[in-house]
Amino acid sequence: MRHLLTVADLDADDLTHLLDLAENFAEVQRRDIKKVPALRGKTIVNAFFEDSTRTRTSFDLAARRLSADVVTFSAGSSAVNKGESLRDTVETISAMGVDAIVVRHASSGVPHQLTAWTDASVINAGDGWHQHPTQALLDCFTIRTHLGGLEGKRIAICGDVNHSRVARSNVDAFTKLGAEVVLVGPQSLMPASLAGWPVKVESNFDAVLPDLDVVYLLRIQNERLSSGLIPSLREYRELYGLTAARLGRLGPESLIMHPGPMNRGVEIDPEAAEDPRAVVLDQVASGVPVRMAVLYQLVGVGPIGKIAEAVA
Amino acid sequence: MTVTVIRGGELLDQTGRRRGDVVVDDESGLVVDVVAPGPGTRGTDDLDARDHGDWVLDAESCLVVPAFVDLNTHLRQPGHEAAGTVDSGTRAAALGGYSALVAMPDTDPCTDNAAVVSEVLALASGTPCQVVPSAALTIGRRGSELAPYGELAGVGVRLFTDSASAVQDPTLLRHALEYLRGVSDGAGIRLIAAQGGQHEALNGDGVMDEGEWSSRLGLAGQPALAEELMVSEALALARLAGCPLHLQQLSTAAAVDRVRAAKADGQSVTAEVSPHHLVLNAAAVSSYDPNLKTCPPLRTPADVAALVEGVADGTIDAIATGHTPHTMDAKEQPFDRAPFGVLGLETALAVLLSETRLSIEHLLPALSWQPAAIVGIGREHATPIEPGRPANLTVIDPAAQWTVGIGCFGGYAANSPFLGRTLTGRVRHTIHRGVPVVTDQQLNTDIPSARRRLSSTATR
Repeated sequence: MRHLLTVADLDADDLTHLLDLAENFAEVQRRDIKKVPALRGKTIVNAFFEDSTRTRTSFDLAARRLSADVVTFSAGSSAVNKGESLRDTVETISAMGVDAIVVRHASSGVPHQLTAWTDASVINAGDGWHQHPTQALLDCFTIRTHLGGLEGKRIAICGDVNHSRVARSNVDAFTKLGAEVVLVGPQSLMPASLAGWPVKVESNFDAVLPDLDVVYLLRIQNERLSSGLIPSLREYRELYGLTAARLGRLGPESLIMHPGPMNRGVEIDPEAAEDPRAVVLDQVASGVPVRMAVLYQLVGVGPIGKIAEAVA
Repeated sequence: MTVTVIRGGELLDQTGRRRGDVVVDDESGLVVDVVAPGPGTRGTDDLDARDHGDWVLDAESCLVVPAFVDLNTHLRQPGHEAAGTVDSGTRAAALGGYSALVAMPDTDPCTDNAAVVSEVLALASGTPCQVVPSAALTIGRRGSELAPYGELAGVGVRLFTDSASAVQDPTLLRHALEYLRGVSDGAGIRLIAAQGGQHEALNGDGVMDEGEWSSRLGLAGQPALAEELMVSEALALARLAGCPLHLQQLSTAAAVDRVRAAKADGQSVTAEVSPHHLVLNAAAVSSYDPNLKTCPPLRTPADVAALVEGVADGTIDAIATGHTPHTMDAKEQPFDRAPFGVLGLETALAVLLSETRLSIEHLLPALSWQPAAIVGIGREHATPIEPGRPANLTVIDPAAQWTVGIGCFGGYAANSPFLGRTLTGRVRHTIHRGVPVVTDQQLNTDIPSARRRLSSTATR
């Protein structure tokens, strides 16, 4: 059994190995014919119980470019809407003989639960507020491409950390690869406990900006207003948004990153999104080779180092 | 009449430890004789057994104790029969060594009137464990109108609770406590209000303990403060109303401290904790197994230690399972969507013996006569093992090793947080009203004579 459930199951060598693999697949993406026969005859199901455009498309393309057979379903079209239980849906998919299930779900822990009900590799494409490991890999890939590596880099992750799977996976991945991570945002949007998180917390965005190599902005959801966690989007932008005014405090070589979709004018001003230091589209582009690397490794080759031990 | 001899065991009850063979009969439902091994004898010999005993239950290397009383069982009937029934719940109780259980009122329809109480009691006739009904404090457990305590007391209800939902409105809780005290005084019987200890507004959408693990696992948390505030509030209102209070399913160190302080002040308060809260902490949830989704949630190791200390020093009076069967389908949902609640009756004793530092001397009062006293059934259940007393007994094999599996449960539900765990110590035989309802871990309720006998004693 071989799965990718959380960045916590990977060590620095595993991450580096996957990023190196992704480098090779990125080279394939620059060719005229972008397809390799690595996973010919393998079947991959993209099970998207929660809607997602970019992650679903990216996994879909990654599988196709490895020549795997791909079936993608999202909650809207699936039996889940007819009241079928999660277990029944997964057992049904497995019974048709699949090699990997790529799963996105609004509930934390669903990929873990799935491993009990299928022999296929389970790849987490985002679960609740918990983890989004391929997002972390593509972010590391992007940083590595632009800055040469993560060792010793200072990265701020800004915004709604508590409700963010991107934040949880990136804190793990960035720090494992040697970066220093500082969390910036309203205290009401920070996790209740940061015990075991190798991070610093800063409430004053302006104070940290000049020293950063990367400023990583998280999407703020409107529902945080209705649940009384922040007073207004206007005030959020004032205190924690990457505004045009703050751009000047950021170093010339620093990167501006965002997992998308962006709320322009809230966590990121349009000027910042268009700034040459913004690498948001590079992040998206990195998604395909990174996911090719993950699929190739888990479906085509076998378990990755610690992944194998963790599930043995 | 069938006579049963429980032979070769060591008796342990309120009066201490001693060796003896216990002779019970199923017609009177009483202990007929306790034969201590004298000089040259070792209690009843083979001849006695042949003469008197239709059943001879081996208790060699075992402890014979007053059967247990559970203050917190969700039978799920009427309303949720696919998950559990009065029948499956009482079977689970017998397997776990219980002779009485208090049925929580979160049925559908809610147990807030005499008709539902009567239905549950009728269903419980002939089952291997006595069902003691509780009733809701408010109609439908909705927390807006008082239930008819007088009517309910009239059909035998002694404990009133909205169960896990708890009365959230302090003014209504105050009125409930005041009104209940009046009904209690008027009828000359001790009625008790029980409150589960969670402030719903503070819990929000939380599905596990708020802290290190909820933060790491990306699950919404329930702060310990939600319990501390509710316990403080309930204690203050009960003091004001002069009503005895029982606090259900404590899970936090702060709540234990509040109860300890209230007892030191002389307040009439009792408290319970579940076996799983004495053993498991929030780290277990990292498996995302919904069988670890409990109400209240599993807390920190420091909370677990404080709860164990609370049992050891007597602050916590009772160990109550909170036994809640759920269907497999319900528990095979994502963790945040799966229902709260786990099984407990079948595994309680074994879990406590093998996974806590508490000795059987500490555990027994909290499993047996203390809960019996709280609901006023101390004359029929959990009495000392003496001739003329009701024969509700449990035989424990402290050395038995076993693994919790699907086949160990009283019904189809298998939502135990201890599934797959190997435990040491097990209930071997259970005697209910003189009837050996469980022998060598097997239910005997399908034996027609046992069932008939239980039906007739139950209706007496």
